[in-house]
Amino acid sequence: MHLHFVDYAIIAIYFIFVLGIGFALRGRMKTSDDFFLSGRSIPGWITGLAFMSANLGALEVMGHAANAAKYGMFVNHFYWLAAMPAMCFVGVFMMPFYYGSKARSVPEYLRKRYDEKTRTLNALSFALMTLLVSGIDLYAMAILFQRLLNWPFGASVVASAAVVAVYIYLGGLTSSIYNEVLQFFLIVFGFLPLAILGLKAVGGFAGLKAKLPNAGYAHTWANIWHASQNPMGINWFGTIFGLGFVLSFGYWCTDFLVVQRGLAAKDMPAAQRTPLVAAVPKMFFPLMVVLPGLVAIALDPSLTKYLNGRYDNALPAMLGRFYPSGLLGIGLTALLASFMSGMAGNVTAFNTVWTFDIYQTHVNPGKPDRHYLNMGRFATVFAVAVGIGTAFIVLKFNNLMDYLQLLFAFFNAPLFGTFLLGMFWKRTSAHSGFWGLLSGILAAATHYTLYRFHVIFYPTDMAANFYQAIWAFSVCVVVTVVVTLFTEPRKEEELVGLVYSLTPKLRNRDLPWYERPGILAIGILALCTVLNIIFW
Amino acid sequence: MGLDIRLPIGIIFSIYGGILIIYGAVADPAIFVNSLGVNIDIWWGAAMLLFGLFMGILAFRASHRGAS
Repeated sequence: MHLHFVDYAIIAIYFIFVLGIGFALRGRMKTSDDFFLSGRSIPGWITGLAFMSANLGALEVMGHAANAAKYGMFVNHFYWLAAMPAMCFVGVFMMPFYYGSKARSVPEYLRKRYDEKTRTLNALSFALMTLLVSGIDLYAMAILFQRLLNWPFGASVVASAAVVAVYIYLGGLTSSIYNEVLQFFLIVFGFLPLAILGLKAVGGFAGLKAKLPNAGYAHTWANIWHASQNPMGINWFGTIFGLGFVLSFGYWCTDFLVVQRGLAAKDMPAAQRTPLVAAVPKMFFPLMVVLPGLVAIALDPSLTKYLNGRYDNALPAMLGRFYPSGLLGIGLTALLASFMSGMAGNVTAFNTVWTFDIYQTHVNPGKPDRHYLNMGRFATVFAVAVGIGTAFIVLKFNNLMDYLQLLFAFFNAPLFGTFLLGMFWKRTSAHSGFWGLLSGILAAATHYTLYRFHVIFYPTDMAANFYQAIWAFSVCVVVTVVVTLFTEPRKEEELVGLVYSLTPKLRNRDLPWYERPGILAIGILALCTVLNIIFW
Repeated sequence: MGLDIRLPIGIIFSIYGGILIIYGAVADPAIFVNSLGVNIDIWWGAAMLLFGLFMGILAFRASHRGAS
């Protein structure tokens, strides 16, 4: 990859803008609500694009391109089977409780619905997971810096981390959300030409199909029925229930990283629209990550010509193959932007949960608001510093996507069980949330240990992760139900606004049809079904 | 929050579009062998410039409506 002055200039301009947005917002951060929730003042289209972008980290972009090169179009399930229904569900059914209960974080909702210990358990596990995840983006960003500028890995990590720390320190969640919107457009403009040029090079979609090493690579669903027939080694049950239900709903519906963007919206309809606005570009994202991955494997089936022996190189290698100087600068900026938006999403989610759910609750309650604002800034620096440490842990792993799904299977999968029962079954008692969640996490840990020590066997790590999620979720649900039956239910009047059957339904009659969440969700799912059929 | 995000987006995309168009016009045509012989810098630069101007106009109109 040869870079010219113009490419460096484009990357430099990007950093100036990112930091500039932070400085422009610095004076507006007056209260902790401004810093952590953007004062609940942002329009729905902005929070929606930020919702999408916070998820667009290194793994999303480079990881799914790599997976596409390795597993073919099966990867589309991460989008059309997993993300779409879950994003519609969180927008239509769950956002009213998150936003309406005035909770400032996901753990705070759990305190309102269950009790303090449930919240603390979730806050601690979420904080730990977020720190472990944030290192991934930092790692990817540093690798890129290292290649571009020939800096040593350590210096690259610190430099990348410093930029993210500065803009969040200055502008809090608003800065993060605004930068995510900028990053979203850069990512689209940076990767779209790759899809066009890549398809042109292999002779259109028909040419691509003919050049793939295995005809099954061109199908999303056709090989799902038996684990032995698809390269991921997972049958329909593991895919639909493990990925499509537990892992995806666990991530999109309960991960504070994305939910936080909805909480920053200016009103309830904007909060509900946040995941729905995000779902539209998300639906077409396979064009920008799966397609280049397929083109990479079609052009280089032996992994020797461009990929240098590693699937993870698929996306950067294709940028280098097709982009001339100038556009190459834009493509690399898009890659950097995706890493920074992923990292920033983790950092803002961490500083909120740390400050509200751990520090304010257990360490130092009852201080003036200013104190917590400063704590949020301190937590930002702390999270980034720990992220630097985890980047070195990540350096030791060789498959990043498996690492991420493993963490999700530990922490998000059981949590979704706790949420589902808490929001839709009013009988669920205060104690049951904690015990269900704890046993779900322990079930995940047990499953992981058994798998690592070869007591149980799966064809691929990804299959193991899917089944780990299923076990964690199921154990959580069963334990929660059993504990509920033996403990006192909570008084119904305490649960208004927190439980579906006790909360007045939002009719949204005053909104025009194109702004009603239910109608938008139906439209999204219909379109998504069409895509599934086209690429069956 | 006072800052219209469309303004910085409009500015940065206009700058990027301008840079790509100029670079595409003056660069050695040999570099476009990569992009299958298409001068993608000029084409994509024009697309980015248009998008940048569009965002800039939206931000400009919004700020004027707010002020009056």
